[in-house]
Amino acid sequence: MSSAKETSSRRARGVFGSSRRDAHRGDRRFHWGLRLCALAVIAILGGIFFQLSKQASPVLSKMGLSFFISTEWDPVAESFGAGAFAYGTLVSSFLALLLSVPVSVGVALFLTELAPSRISLAIGFLVEMLAAVPSVVYGLWGIFVLAPWIRVSLGPLLRKFLGFLPLFQGPAYGVGMLAAGLILAIMITPTIASLCREVFRAVPVANREAALALGATRWESISWGVLGSSPSGILGAVVLGLGRALGETMAVTMVIGNRAEIAASLFAPAQTMASVIANEYAEASAEMHLSALAATGLALFLVSIVINTGARAVMRRVASGPKRGKLGTLSKTASIEVRP
Amino acid sequence: MSAPSVSALSRFRYQLAARDSRRKVKNVLFLSFLVFAAILAITPLIAVFIYALKQGFAGLSLDFFTQLPAPVGESGGGMANALVGTAVLLALGSGLGVPLGIAVGVFLSEFGTGRLASFTRFSVDVLTSVPSIIVGLFAYALIVVPMKHFSAMAGGVALSIVMIPIVARSTEEILKLVPVHVREAGLALGIPRWKMILRILLPGSAGGITTGVMLAVARAAGETAPLLFTAFSNQFWGRGIDQPIASLPVQIYTYAISPFEEWHQQAWTGAFVLIAFVLSLNLLTRLILRKRT
Repeated sequence: MSSAKETSSRRARGVFGSSRRDAHRGDRRFHWGLRLCALAVIAILGGIFFQLSKQASPVLSKMGLSFFISTEWDPVAESFGAGAFAYGTLVSSFLALLLSVPVSVGVALFLTELAPSRISLAIGFLVEMLAAVPSVVYGLWGIFVLAPWIRVSLGPLLRKFLGFLPLFQGPAYGVGMLAAGLILAIMITPTIASLCREVFRAVPVANREAALALGATRWESISWGVLGSSPSGILGAVVLGLGRALGETMAVTMVIGNRAEIAASLFAPAQTMASVIANEYAEASAEMHLSALAATGLALFLVSIVINTGARAVMRRVASGPKRGKLGTLSKTASIEVRP
Repeated sequence: MSAPSVSALSRFRYQLAARDSRRKVKNVLFLSFLVFAAILAITPLIAVFIYALKQGFAGLSLDFFTQLPAPVGESGGGMANALVGTAVLLALGSGLGVPLGIAVGVFLSEFGTGRLASFTRFSVDVLTSVPSIIVGLFAYALIVVPMKHFSAMAGGVALSIVMIPIVARSTEEILKLVPVHVREAGLALGIPRWKMILRILLPGSAGGITTGVMLAVARAAGETAPLLFTAFSNQFWGRGIDQPIASLPVQIYTYAISPFEEWHQQAWTGAFVLIAFVLSLNLLTRLILRKRT
C-alpha cells in the first residue's frame, strides 16, 4: 500500500471519523444488528404460537377439535371442553358490537361532519382518553357501578318490557353476560369511533358538496356522500373493534360472573375464553387443565390474528387519510391504524 | 295536449311539500341522533372518571403511598409495595422493550423494503392486536416454567412484549416524517449511513420517539392480564427480580373481587392513582406533540 494512499485515508478518518471501507463495514454491521432485532420480533410471534401449540397438544391430541364444541368443563373430573367459553366470547362480543356500532359511527359522523372544530377537538380528545383508561379500572367500575345498576334498574326494566324473550328472563344478579356486553361496548367504542373518523375524513369534501348542490339536506349529504362511499371502511373498523372485544380480559373477567355454562338469558353469568384463562391459569396444576387453558388461548390467538389481518387488509384499501394528524398516528387506537 | 288541471297541480305541490317536510324531519332526527351518540359515547368516561375521583380521592393519604397493605379486617395500610412493583416492572419492561422497539422502528423506516421488512411489519401489526393475556401465557412458558416460580422478570418480559410493537410503530411513523433531504445532507457529507441514523436522524426525532415510549409505558402500566401469572402478586416488598412482585393493576384486581369493604376502598384509590398516572402521560405526549407541530 502506498504511503500517499495511507495518508489520505488517515486524513479522511480524521475528518469523517472513519475511512470508506470502515464505513461500509459499519453500515453492514448496523444493518445486521437491525435485522436481528426485526427477527427477534418475528421470533416472539413465532414463539407465542409454538409455545401455545406445545402446551395445547395434550388436550388437542386427546379430544381433537371436539374440544371447542364440548361444553363440559370440570377440572376436578379432568373433563375439558371450551364450547361454553367460545359461546361466551361470541355472545358478549356480538352484544358489544350491537350496542357500540351505532354509537361509534354516530360519534364519528358528529365529529367529522357536524361539530364545530372546537367541540370536535374536545370530544375527540375525551374519546381518546377513554381508550387510554386501563381495563382493570373499567372492571372495577363495572363491579361497583354497572352491575348494581343492572340489578336494580336495567334488569327489572328489561324484564318488564322484554321479559317475553328468553334473553331477558331469570333473576338479574348484576354480573353476567349483559354486564360484560355493556362494559365491552364502552371499551370498544373509542376504537371503532376513531377508526371511523379516519375513514370519514378520507372521503373527499366534493362528495358532500355534490350532494348539497343537488339540494340534499345535511343528513342526505352525509348519508349519500359519506356513508355511501365508505361501507368497507366502516366494516374494517367494526371488525377491528370486534378483535379488541374478543381479546379483552380483565374488565370482562370482573363482571361476567365466571360460570362455565351456556344460558339463554343475558342476565345469567357466563365465561369467555380470555376470562377463563385469567381465572384459572395461575391456580391450575394438573397438566390437562393447563393444556386445556393453553388450547383456549391458542384458539383466541389464531382468531384474533385472522380477524385483525382481515380487517386491516380491508382498511388498507380504504384509508388513504390525507388529513391524518400526527396525534392520530400515535394514539393507542391509532396503533392499529393503517398505513396508506 | 292540455295543461294539467289546477287540482292535479296543487295536489302535486302538496305531495312535494309533504315529502320535503318529511325530509326535513328526517334530517333533524338523524342529526340529533349524532349529537345523542356523541353524548352517549362520552358519558361512560365521565361516569368512570367522576366515580374514581370521588371514591379514590377519599382514600388518598400519605399512608397509601408509604405503607404495606394492612391485613384483612384492619383498616389503613397502603399500596406502597404495589407502586414500587409497578415501577420495577415498568423499568424492566422498558429496559427490554424500548431499545428493541426503537431498533425495529428504525429498521422499518430506514430499511423498510424487502421481504424481511414486510414480514416484520406484519408481525408488529399482529403483536399489537394479540390479546395481552396471550402474552402472559407466553411469558409464563418462557420464564416461569424454567424458573419454576413466578417472578418480576417474567412480568417485565410480558410488559416488554406489550410495549415493543407500540414503540416500533411510533418510531417508524416519526422517522418517516423526517424529510429525505435531512438524510441526504448527512450522507452527502460522507458520513456513513449508520452514523447518519444514530447522530442525525434519531437525535432529531428524540422528542417524537419519547412520546411513543411514553404511550407504551402508559399502556403497560395499566396491563393486568399479562401479570396475573408472571409477576403474580405479593403482599410484601418484592425481594429481587427473581421473586414474585406486587403491581398496582393486579392489586386493584385482587382487591376489587375480594369481599372486604376496606379493600374495595383501597382498590378505588389505586384506580385513581393509576388513572392519574396513565392519563397524565397521555396528556403530556399530546402537549409535546402539539408544541412540535
